[in-house]
Amino acid sequence: MTHTSKFTIAALLASTMLAGPVFADGHVPAGVTLAADQTFTYRVLDEHSSVDPQVVEDVTGSEIVRDLFEGLMNQDADGNLVPGVATGFEVNDDNTVYTFTLRDNAKWSNGEPVTAGDFVFAWQRAADPALSSPYQWFIELMSIANAADIIAGDKPTADLGVRAIDDLTFEVTLSAPLPYFPQMTTHATTFPAPRAVIEEFGADWTKPENIVSNGAYILTEHLPMERSVRERNPMYWDNDNTIIEKVVALVINDENVALTRFQAGELDRTEVPAGQFPRLSVEYPGVAISFPRLCNYYYTFNLSDSGPEAFKDVRVRQALALAVDRKIITENVLAGGQPEAYTFTPAAVAGFTPPATDMEGMTQEERNAKAVELMAEAGYGPDNPLTFDMIYNTSEAHNKIAVAMSQMWKQTLGVEATLANLEWKVFLETRGNQDFELARGAWCGDYNEASTFLDLLDSSSGYNDGKYNNAALDGLLADAKMSTDASDLYTQVEGIIAEEMPVIPIYHYAGVYMMDSDVGNWPVGNVEQNWYSKNLYKIAE
Amino acid sequence: MLNFTIRRLFVAIPTIFFLVIACFFLMHLAPGGPFTSERPLPPAVLANIEARYGLDQPLWKQLWDYLTNIVLHFDFGPSFVFKDRDVNDIIAQGFPISLTYGSLSFLAASIVGISLGIAAAIRHNTWIDYFAVSLGILAQALPNFIMGPILILTFTLWLGWLPGGGWYGGQWQYLIMPVIALSTSFMGSIARITRSSMLEVMNANFIRTARAKGLPERTVIWRHAMKPTLLPVISYLGPVFVYVLTGSVFVDLYFSTGGLGQSFVNSALSRDYAVLLGVTILYGSLTVAVNLLTDLSYAWFDPKIRY
Amino acid sequence: MFQRYKKVEALASDMTHHSAVKGRSLMRDARERFLRNKAALVCLGVLFLVVLFVLLGPFFAVWDNETIDWGNMGATGVPSLQTGHYFGTDDLGRDLYSRTIQATGTSLMVGLIGAGMALIIGIAWGVIAGFYGGWLDSVMMRIVDILLAIPLVLVLILILVIAGRSFTTLFIALGAVSWLTMARIVRAQTMALKGREFIEAARASGVSETMIIIRHILPNLMGVVIVYASLLVPDMILAESFISFLGLGISEPSTSLGSLISEGAGTMAYGTLWQLAFPLAFYVTIIITMFFIGDGLRDALDPKDR
Repeated sequence: MTHTSKFTIAALLASTMLAGPVFADGHVPAGVTLAADQTFTYRVLDEHSSVDPQVVEDVTGSEIVRDLFEGLMNQDADGNLVPGVATGFEVNDDNTVYTFTLRDNAKWSNGEPVTAGDFVFAWQRAADPALSSPYQWFIELMSIANAADIIAGDKPTADLGVRAIDDLTFEVTLSAPLPYFPQMTTHATTFPAPRAVIEEFGADWTKPENIVSNGAYILTEHLPMERSVRERNPMYWDNDNTIIEKVVALVINDENVALTRFQAGELDRTEVPAGQFPRLSVEYPGVAISFPRLCNYYYTFNLSDSGPEAFKDVRVRQALALAVDRKIITENVLAGGQPEAYTFTPAAVAGFTPPATDMEGMTQEERNAKAVELMAEAGYGPDNPLTFDMIYNTSEAHNKIAVAMSQMWKQTLGVEATLANLEWKVFLETRGNQDFELARGAWCGDYNEASTFLDLLDSSSGYNDGKYNNAALDGLLADAKMSTDASDLYTQVEGIIAEEMPVIPIYHYAGVYMMDSDVGNWPVGNVEQNWYSKNLYKIAE
Repeated sequence: MLNFTIRRLFVAIPTIFFLVIACFFLMHLAPGGPFTSERPLPPAVLANIEARYGLDQPLWKQLWDYLTNIVLHFDFGPSFVFKDRDVNDIIAQGFPISLTYGSLSFLAASIVGISLGIAAAIRHNTWIDYFAVSLGILAQALPNFIMGPILILTFTLWLGWLPGGGWYGGQWQYLIMPVIALSTSFMGSIARITRSSMLEVMNANFIRTARAKGLPERTVIWRHAMKPTLLPVISYLGPVFVYVLTGSVFVDLYFSTGGLGQSFVNSALSRDYAVLLGVTILYGSLTVAVNLLTDLSYAWFDPKIRY
Repeated sequence: MFQRYKKVEALASDMTHHSAVKGRSLMRDARERFLRNKAALVCLGVLFLVVLFVLLGPFFAVWDNETIDWGNMGATGVPSLQTGHYFGTDDLGRDLYSRTIQATGTSLMVGLIGAGMALIIGIAWGVIAGFYGGWLDSVMMRIVDILLAIPLVLVLILILVIAGRSFTTLFIALGAVSWLTMARIVRAQTMALKGREFIEAARASGVSETMIIIRHILPNLMGVVIVYASLLVPDMILAESFISFLGLGISEPSTSLGSLISEGAGTMAYGTLWQLAFPLAFYVTIIITMFFIGDGLRDALDPKDR
């Protein structure tokens, strides 16, 4: 598409907007007047690593990629699957072959149609050792045929279990059935890639002057560590329903400065600094919001051979877990409406029923009493205090929680916990080498299903830094992969975790934001916080 | 003098060379690497990534490849953390920003600082002296990690006069607060050093002689006292200049300017080897150059210093 | 005539009882001059009071520096005498009075030791390089150039990893970087002094090089050096807070003035000004006292100021 015609279309659209409030059908409720300026400005903590869909690895980058590109499926405001480039899919009897039907009017921003071949290229590219994407493992996680061999370099990328039957039909062959496979097609790594553009520009293809994307927006400006701007893509198949014209992401490292700038009116959305939510929700009712998110926060015991003897005793682990007053942590330290965690998996996960653990049912006094009892049984007390190191990475919030926990243990159990905050990489190395006694951990789900969390405690998992090893748990997780409804199995796994306490769950994340009241339709119900700018709109003041 | 300069320039090259080697090995000694992350990569994936960036090669080979790349192609390599950009890009984008607000801050701090120091010394023990000293102390009492939030609170939220951050090509509204934040702390110390240096010089014999000869005070100060006064000030200003040029990390952090200071610190923390080495080379070359200039200038300030 | 003879006798005995003229040493001059400088004396007194506060303050403390007062976290932790939180509490509910005491003590030590190390190493390095000149000067200064350019963060991380976290590590880390600029300043001053007449005179009368350095160059350096050192003390305190900011400094529950100030600065806008006010007050006090003491010392040690 030439510059002139692009401009003409943009001008036409702009003129219809100037004529009056646009009532795009679909997601704007009746009676709402839209603002004249449809720009959404939000704060991000850090510069993102890339906007190449197969390479992006951080949350900030994924948010941008979700607006610039579109995958097979999207998520609605509650996290359910809705059609994206694909209008639907069919699956064969043993759940190993998925066939996606693509719509015929999906276009790239340069006018070329989006074809199944674009998806084949993208998925092969993601698995290609030559690209060496940090998210290569996601293709393997999706159980696509031959993925592992391709990543290891034993087979060519052409062998990947993806095929374009014709321009509008995309077929995926899995090596084993995976009940949550469709949910994974909303993830950035699976978005299509424009082969011709990549071959022309190489590593420079994601620069604003070169990039071609198929989503509701195109990247118009990128100033590293300052801001990134994306604007309406008129070629997008659903462009008529897009209301927000321009999305600006401002990189503001310090959360207090970000809050100040939000109050000055420069931002529409920012994070609430820890502890400030109660005050802000009174001063700015309806603007300070909090909703559940798909991440947990825990401390893991080192259960390997290099770990301390005391931690091998389940009574010690139980006692330490009991003596943590999660109410104080979530209400006083974080004060953001975060739910207390008594299970490893957040309750907000789809298809998961958390078991009612004993610990949850007690009052804190009861928990403390039981903790003292267990500790005494295990042989530790005021005359034989338990001592250990707890490590966490540098951050004010982690520091506060660690200090609070160590004080709770000191006051209730007489435990001497030495705190060590480590620089991020040093922390990862230390924890990864089992060079610790008690270490902080957190995990955000890759998809909305309990296994994304529980797999961490599988003895063969590369993320199991505490080296927890329980054959029964491994067995249950393996069964869950095969079954169609694993919620019962997951509940059993959580039961084992509650008994054995290989980790101390502290809290589950909540998204605590200052969201300007003129921003409409923010998907507070989507726990993965996969939000799409095309579904938002700005209300006139 | 020319001989001296040429000799120094010759020595500069091995100096930078040693700097690169030292930095390279320090970097690889530090635990963790660019790809150590919360989700440890599966071995096959990690192997692919390391092969792509050459991290699976022996250290000396990596160093050799890196140096040849720079000398032959002036290519400082790709960033390990920002997959879309290479080091040349990052420096080309960040350095002008740091240079702009850095030079302005340096000018502001030097001019105001030196003037205050001289005024205080000339009018020793008068209200000017006390005022200048108090200003100097005040400037030092506000470290720049306080200045940042205070400035934004005052000028963006309470007064609404200035935007809270960003660079937007360096338009004046976006320059004011970073320059104030960066220059204040140095202003205080420059004023202090100038003042005490001048007080010392004013007590020297040759000043007494000049006065005894009947020269007006103004001539005594400007023609005789100024140069020796500024000698220690210049040697203090040298490293300050380099620091301010490569940007203070706090200014970049609080005002989202996208300058080089933040890249410098972040690349060390995220073990982005290529960016760290690149910025270090820049920083090192600047240090060498500025130190050479200040050394040359000593001869102007004190004619007895010979090269 | 006979009466006057007695007076003359008394006068004569007076005169002959005088012993040889006793000279006044530089140090004694300096001490006298310093004691005459009222501002410096007052500040020395204030510094002494601060040290006293650090040493004796804990006896009046109701809370220690790490126990959390669960009922008084954050905004409710206003300074008051009833709760025993004389300076209020920090965001986590820990007593700010005890924490400030501990922080001031730590920061004073960090500042003084850091500045002291900078003084010793910097002066030694700079004098040798400036006085002997030639290739020795070249090599020594190029080393300074290299060290100035190496990323501080890397050096800190490595020192931390190799030597572990402790106060000694912190002092090594600070000392390792603080002497560089001092060396440059000292070298410049040395080069300037080297050409002065009195050095020529000393050489002409056969004084050895070492003696020249010790007795003629060093005293004349003291002025600028002392002032720069007194500037260094607050700088060291801030450098420590930068180190903690990176997660490489003193570990909890110990803290430093720099950390307390930066925590207080973050919550400044949220109505908890005491969290910033008290540590900042101590920090400013240290700066002011260092300034006047430094100035006083400079005045006192200036050999030309007779």
